[in-house]
Amino acid sequence: MLPVPPAQPGLRVGIDIAQISAIDASLASFGERFLRRIFSDGEVAYATGVPALTAQRLAARFAAKEAAMKAFDLSEAGIGWRDIEVTRAADGACALALHARAAAIVEQSGCTEISVSLSHDGDYATAVVAALAPR
Amino acid sequence: MNSPQEFDDRIRTILAKHGRLNGDANTFTPDTDLYLAGMTSHASVNVMLALEGAFDIEFPDELLKRSVFASIASIRDAVASIGQT
Repeated sequence: MLPVPPAQPGLRVGIDIAQISAIDASLASFGERFLRRIFSDGEVAYATGVPALTAQRLAARFAAKEAAMKAFDLSEAGIGWRDIEVTRAADGACALALHARAAAIVEQSGCTEISVSLSHDGDYATAVVAALAPR
Repeated sequence: MNSPQEFDDRIRTILAKHGRLNGDANTFTPDTDLYLAGMTSHASVNVMLALEGAFDIEFPDELLKRSVFASIASIRDAVASIGQT
């Protein structure tokens, strides 16, 4: 069990980039197992809703999960990929939903405001996660 | 039952196919840093899924750590620990 550090006030930021064609290759190699180990049911439903955009949408979400890992120092915490989820409102706004140990660790870090931003261009998708722990 | 050498060679084969490494995985020592060799977090997921298929195991969440996929030795230790549970 990773010891949870005391709450640290201030701004946290994480960024990541994912290659869309590489995500497509993972889908070809591992199929449903890749989808279900990494992405939530909601993420899979949204990404596969438009087949031509599936790899692009998954790549952006994969980048968001990695960005969150960096923002919250979770790389050694033993967090399931599905416990970091990108949700999408009807107006298209994306948010980060944390579950299980990821939620507990981030809550104890003191972060109360979390934002995620996704983008893509050509063969790459990127995401930034920013969080604020009040002073 | 695989010998340690055979075990490592099976891991090297998976790394060569899925690790997206800047070099020949068959020349790596057990302690070669795979991230310094070019493996990305996404590639480590591919390696994990391939290991699960090859060894008929499933990585539990507590082993989904960057350090677990940092070297052939750390992967070998993790796979062995799953086999013992």
